[in-house]
Amino acid sequence: MTNCPIEVVQYMHEYLDGEISPEQEQVLNEHLATCEECQILFEELSDAVALLELADPMQAPIGFAEGVMARLPQSTQHKKKKGVNRWLRRHPLLSAAALFLILMSAALFSSYNTNDHFSVTMQPNLVIEGDTVVVPAGEVIKGDLVVKNGDIRIEGEVDGNVTVIRGEKYMASTAVVTGNIEEIDELFDWLWYKIKTAFKGLTPEKVEKQETE
Amino acid sequence: MDELINKRINEVLKGNQDSFEEIVLLFQHRLYHVCYRMLGSREEAQDIAQEAFVRAYSNLHTFDQKRKFSTWIFRIATNLCIDRIRKKKPDYSLDAQVPGTEGLDMYSQIAAAEDLPEEEVERMETQERVQYEVGRLPEKYRSVITLRYMEELPLQEIADILDLPLGTVKTRVHRGRDALRKQIGTM
Repeated sequence: MTNCPIEVVQYMHEYLDGEISPEQEQVLNEHLATCEECQILFEELSDAVALLELADPMQAPIGFAEGVMARLPQSTQHKKKKGVNRWLRRHPLLSAAALFLILMSAALFSSYNTNDHFSVTMQPNLVIEGDTVVVPAGEVIKGDLVVKNGDIRIEGEVDGNVTVIRGEKYMASTAVVTGNIEEIDELFDWLWYKIKTAFKGLTPEKVEKQETE
Repeated sequence: MDELINKRINEVLKGNQDSFEEIVLLFQHRLYHVCYRMLGSREEAQDIAQEAFVRAYSNLHTFDQKRKFSTWIFRIATNLCIDRIRKKKPDYSLDAQVPGTEGLDMYSQIAAAEDLPEEEVERMETQERVQYEVGRLPEKYRSVITLRYMEELPLQEIADILDLPLGTVKTRVHRGRDALRKQIGTM
């Protein structure tokens, strides 16, 4: 090889890089035909390349991408915002229900707290003594009675339901109430009552039927 | 391909972290493969390849979308691999030039795996043997040989990844091939 042109080895590499020109390739081939030493070198280089080309491509292990995602730096406020957004996107029905409940309860609680003055469904024949509503003996009240923030004393007859919100009811022995009697004191009862009346408004016939049974 | 990647990149930049996972899935195997060939260990390859993605995520705003994303992420990964290789054996005078080489300092030597007895090498299976021989190459040659023959990348792209002149990459491929020839020849 000592007598070989220097460029021959360079041409071998150009050939292996796929960048040899036709003229260079001819020079290389002509030389290889006459020089055993260079033939061996060229073969060995080709073998080295062949070994490299045997290498199988490798797959990243399972869970690789998840591992990357877990290692990403988190900007906290960003993540929080995104977490809420994502939750809302994934549970549209729940989100709507939650929003409805929040607004609904806000309205209910405010009405529970602000209406702390005495009120009563006005019916003829009712007697009001201070904060107490009296159904006088011998009288018949036709229709429902709702007393808010006051007491009721029933001595006569009520042809309907009686509801007392934050108040007491006193029943005389002569008292007759054809419908239901309800006392509402706690917030929860109040909510329940509101929801019930709301539904009653939606399906009046059905509820009435149930109550008369 | 590039269009799709740039779309995902813009989504990530807008704050959608999930889009980054799609980018990871597109490149994970190639990146892991290169890291494995460079480092010779599955655990290290996974660690470094994942770290490369994390760095890419953190610096995504600096990526020039007119360029190839694969080149950029390969550059991050190969730099991390080279750093890792150099940190492995810190107690040499690394800047000393190796006698009889042109511009090869100790950095390029320490990466080479320990030589094994001849009989043991002969018993190796092909895949094991390939990795053994690549692992014995000096790091300077190993990176170009890996990118050239494992990833089958064009020389110009390797030059872009390693931030080297094309001529230097060619020289290293030639010398890497020759080093490999000598390794195999001595067996």
